[in-house]
Amino acid sequence: MIEKRPLATWFSHTVLILGVAVVAFPIWITFVGASHDAIRMPQVPLPLLPGDQFFINLKAAFVEGVGNAKEQSVGIMMFNSLIMALMIAGGKIAISLLSAFAIVYFRFPFRMIFFWMIFITLMLPVEVRILPTFEVVANLGMLNNYWGLTVPLIASATATFMFRQVFLTVPDELLEAARIDGAGPMRFFKDILLPVSRTNIAALFVILFIYGWNQYLWPLLITTDKSMYTIVMGIKQMLEAAEEAPEWHLIMMTTLLAMIPPVLVVIGMQKLFIKGLTETEK
Amino acid sequence: MIKRTHFKSSPLPYLLVAPQILITVAFFIWPASQAVYQSMLLEDPFGLKSEFIWFENYVLLFSDEIYFSTFLRTVVFSSLVAFLSLSIALLLAATADHVVRGTRTYRTLLIWPYAVAPVVAGTIWMFIFDPTLGIVSYFLHGIGYEWNHRLNGNQAMALIVLAATWKQISYNFLFFLAGMQAIPKSLIEAAAIDGAGPARRFWTIIFPLISPTTFFLMVMNIVYAFFETLGIVHAVTKGGPAKATEILVYKVFNDGFIGLDLGGSAAQSVILMLIVITLTVIQFRYIERKVEY
Repeated sequence: MIEKRPLATWFSHTVLILGVAVVAFPIWITFVGASHDAIRMPQVPLPLLPGDQFFINLKAAFVEGVGNAKEQSVGIMMFNSLIMALMIAGGKIAISLLSAFAIVYFRFPFRMIFFWMIFITLMLPVEVRILPTFEVVANLGMLNNYWGLTVPLIASATATFMFRQVFLTVPDELLEAARIDGAGPMRFFKDILLPVSRTNIAALFVILFIYGWNQYLWPLLITTDKSMYTIVMGIKQMLEAAEEAPEWHLIMMTTLLAMIPPVLVVIGMQKLFIKGLTETEK
Repeated sequence: MIKRTHFKSSPLPYLLVAPQILITVAFFIWPASQAVYQSMLLEDPFGLKSEFIWFENYVLLFSDEIYFSTFLRTVVFSSLVAFLSLSIALLLAATADHVVRGTRTYRTLLIWPYAVAPVVAGTIWMFIFDPTLGIVSYFLHGIGYEWNHRLNGNQAMALIVLAATWKQISYNFLFFLAGMQAIPKSLIEAAAIDGAGPARRFWTIIFPLISPTTFFLMVMNIVYAFFETLGIVHAVTKGGPAKATEILVYKVFNDGFIGLDLGGSAAQSVILMLIVITLTVIQFRYIERKVEY
């Protein structure tokens, strides 16, 4: 603070507290909804304070499953989401590291063509080419499995650009020294480049994990087998199942479970998260 | 750009880029070119026969009043989401930057909606505004305002704007706050010595200095509202009632997968691709120039 202006400071705190309250309100309602039973739910007005059914609902969601996905427990959907998020994040980082390494450290014919081919993917969000991509995946026989869920989402221009940027700041002396010591390209990559870009990899991982976990349209299209449902799309199936009288208490419980892992990642790894967000996007 | 010292050409770099290029060709370039090709075909819904008709699908689209109103609706929706989430985030970032104690705590409490999936955000807001048992619609009823987004198109639009804005505030807040904290404190102090109060300092120093961030966020928010909100629309309104919330990306999805109008849907995809490419180019040119004062 520069000068003493108690009024301005009070005003700021009031605005911020209001902001936090507005941002948190939906989550509070979700939590409250998840802690009541089916009898309390349809009574108007809905409660504003939590009930005592939280763990019963938790168990119901985990063991019995909800709505249309009845046979499918929330636990399995969360497991599918986890595998999908990890495969997308890990895959994107791996192929981007390799291609950035090739583009920065090698001179070879068609280098710039490859660079532009990667650049183009930056411009084509999955939503706009969804139908033809679906056809490709169907022709490759990748419907209803983890490969189909993840591989089409793995190519990423942003990650490649970020690693390119990081590698360009690595001093040339490191490569010269490594060469004098007789290290080949892969040795240099493994023993020098990977360790120096450690924090960037971690930061990117946080962002990509959230990206992968929150995928919706893609899993919705390519999974028809209930054992492959992910939790984010599972919620939609539950809403659809019960157009007449949704089991709101269980839906809210599932909603809560769907957002806990990514939210924990954001809050727990806040520093890496902010680094990842500001560096990949800008 | 390439390193001054680098490895000699060998088969190795091709192996290194191979996975990336394979996936790019199979899942990006090939489907995108398929979309362009399909957009010039007239296909029957069963895919049995098709006829090459050049740009007729586009001509049909541009003369279609429904498409035009969807386009307008998308523009209104995106502008509302971008404007609301940017201004709320700017206010919160400015106040968080102003207070001495608690900036980090407030930041922690404000950034986590970023992690919530759009469809999850939509589900929660739908529950809160449910016409029969939602808590907010109950209060609105209490003050004499009837809320039913299943019947009232404007209310349905308001609901998806609200859900989309809520989710985007944290992203904008983070970038604004980072931009403000990068401004040298000496500038602000000099202005304070000259007698400028907090509001004046904000409009004459802080706001102009973060204008590159603001511009970047504007583009990102429009891209978000155009494409990533599909989950919200799909879960909350399905484009209804009576198409009141059908935005472009939802129409592509709906016409292609449910209406099975493959040519028309592909033509819409191509138009959307052109919009994204334009936005990306604008953003890159602008970032290179950077606003300076």
